[in-house]
Amino acid sequence: MPVEAIAPWRELWVYLSATPLFSLTVTLAVYLVWEWVHRRSRLHPLLNPVAWSIATLGALLLWSGLPYPAYFAGAQFIHFLLGPATVALAIPLFYQRRRVAAHAKAVAVALLAGSVTAAGSAVLLGAALGLDATMLRTLAPKSVTSPIAMAVSEQMGGIPALAAVFVILTGILGALLGPLLFAVMRVRSSAAKGLALGVVTHGIGTARAMQIDPVAGAFAALGMGLNGVVTAVLLPWLG
Amino acid sequence: MGSIMLWGLTALLALQLAGEVVVRFFHWPVPGPVMGLVFALALLLPLGRVPKLVEEAGGTLLRHLSLLFVPAGVGVVAHWERLQQSWLVLGVVLLVSTLLGLAVSAWVFERLAGGEDAR
Repeated sequence: MPVEAIAPWRELWVYLSATPLFSLTVTLAVYLVWEWVHRRSRLHPLLNPVAWSIATLGALLLWSGLPYPAYFAGAQFIHFLLGPATVALAIPLFYQRRRVAAHAKAVAVALLAGSVTAAGSAVLLGAALGLDATMLRTLAPKSVTSPIAMAVSEQMGGIPALAAVFVILTGILGALLGPLLFAVMRVRSSAAKGLALGVVTHGIGTARAMQIDPVAGAFAALGMGLNGVVTAVLLPWLG
Repeated sequence: MGSIMLWGLTALLALQLAGEVVVRFFHWPVPGPVMGLVFALALLLPLGRVPKLVEEAGGTLLRHLSLLFVPAGVGVVAHWERLQQSWLVLGVVLLVSTLLGLAVSAWVFERLAGGEDAR
């Protein structure tokens, strides 16, 4: 194509990529396509729509050169809804209140065991593979929701922005592979699956647990909330 | 969007706001929305049921919870170069520690809650 034919398209792209409308629309469209693919595949765990939407949009950003802050200016309208959605997790917890109360001791022990294993094994393995101290401090809080992980890593001398990235990657890995792991381990109880997903893989794991059933969703919400508090209190003290 | 939906969303936002105010005021190491969840539960438990307006708005948000993580997730590209430097080691560490954590947590829970019983 001659240059004069490309120029108007360039101009249009410069205009569109600067408006929130563009990234908001693309985010929703990409997610809906992957959700459709996921349903068509009869909910195949490896076709998780969050993981593939993030990969698709990330590749699109790298390819087009659109900077992340410009993308986020539009996508933040979706991101904002995480707040009220977190509050809404009280609903499944309320419906499962009797089951949760009946297993309070199992919840407490599994919470501590999962929390310590996830953070501890990351630090030990990372050290054995030659990661430096700053990186280890950045990795340690990766199992909890990003605002807590960022605050904790900063307190310990890690890199908050990178901590948020590890949080997301942990969530994606858990949502993708958690259900397969549970199948291999023959974990039957929805409560056990949900609690583990919530404790180790925070909100992304909780979103995945919601798809298993309401019991898994409620225990995931519980695990996520409790591990956020446990990690915020314990990790800086240990580090 | 019916006005029930709007009322419900307002209620959820008000609870989040209350949570935000309390954690900032007392310097608690908890995010505002998680505190909002605690407040919501503190209201629901004595009430004994979920009001229709909260059920509608909350249910809609929770059905699409995974969508809400996409914008933050795309942020991984902002750190692409740094990740590329040691992607293999980081990948192995994240993979192994996540699977170990999930396995231990689920196994311990099933042991203590008595498998079938905890369905």
